[in-house]
Amino acid sequence: MLDDDLVFKALADPTRRYLLDRLFARDGRTLTELESELEMTRFGVMKHLRVLEDAGLVVTQRSGREKLHFLNPVPIRLIHDRWIDKYTERHVAALADLKYDLEEIA
Amino acid sequence: MTTTETKVTTQVYRVYIKAAPEAIWDAITKPEWTRKYGYQGIAEYDLRPGGTFRSLAPPEMQAMGMPEVVVDGEVIEADPPRKLVPTAACTRAPAAGADPQQPQDPARDRPGRLTLGVAEALRRQGLRSVRRPTGSDAFRHLYGGRSEQWIRNG
Repeated sequence: MLDDDLVFKALADPTRRYLLDRLFARDGRTLTELESELEMTRFGVMKHLRVLEDAGLVVTQRSGREKLHFLNPVPIRLIHDRWIDKYTERHVAALADLKYDLEEIA
Repeated sequence: MTTTETKVTTQVYRVYIKAAPEAIWDAITKPEWTRKYGYQGIAEYDLRPGGTFRSLAPPEMQAMGMPEVVVDGEVIEADPPRKLVPTAACTRAPAAGADPQQPQDPARDRPGRLTLGVAEALRRQGLRSVRRPTGSDAFRHLYGGRSEQWIRNG
């Protein structure tokens, strides 16, 4: 599978997006921490993390006996750059800001 | 989602690049390359433990009032082309109107630590960077938050 396919496949699942949201809120978490926030077996969470890791969206690092999970936003940025260049960036960002402001989720 | 949770300790970023580790090393450490990326800072590395690391503002930014040295740090480890560990602290001029007798925001000047690792992968190559800020936003300013990378071959 191509790298982009792995990223899109990984993102096409609400549980995996939720895991990325949790890491975005606080990075460097263990499986146990992530598991405690989901109604899912440890094995199920592990499988989802594996898909995210294969897509490069999660990078793990050992810290003593623990394995920490980090959100890696680089693949998402590469997808961004595929369709948004420096000429469209400002216009797209302006519309996104408009949306955030009006919806007050900025 | 609340933003009060976003207390940063370490960030790990990885990118895969089809290039030789030596080419990636040069891109990180040679001024003619660093001039092209991020905030276009001109990197000056003394590539040995205890050596200095400085990032200079490009001439056009200096003309606009930026200090010459934007980031100041120390090389902790240099193992070309595999691993580079510098510290860095922002050296921005005090804010306009700031009392020079009063210390600046202490978090601003505390050095952060960056680990740039280059590794080869079977399938693809990556450049890995580990950012371990201790409150410093030096790297965010330098690289727009992108501070670790990782290279693999395949």
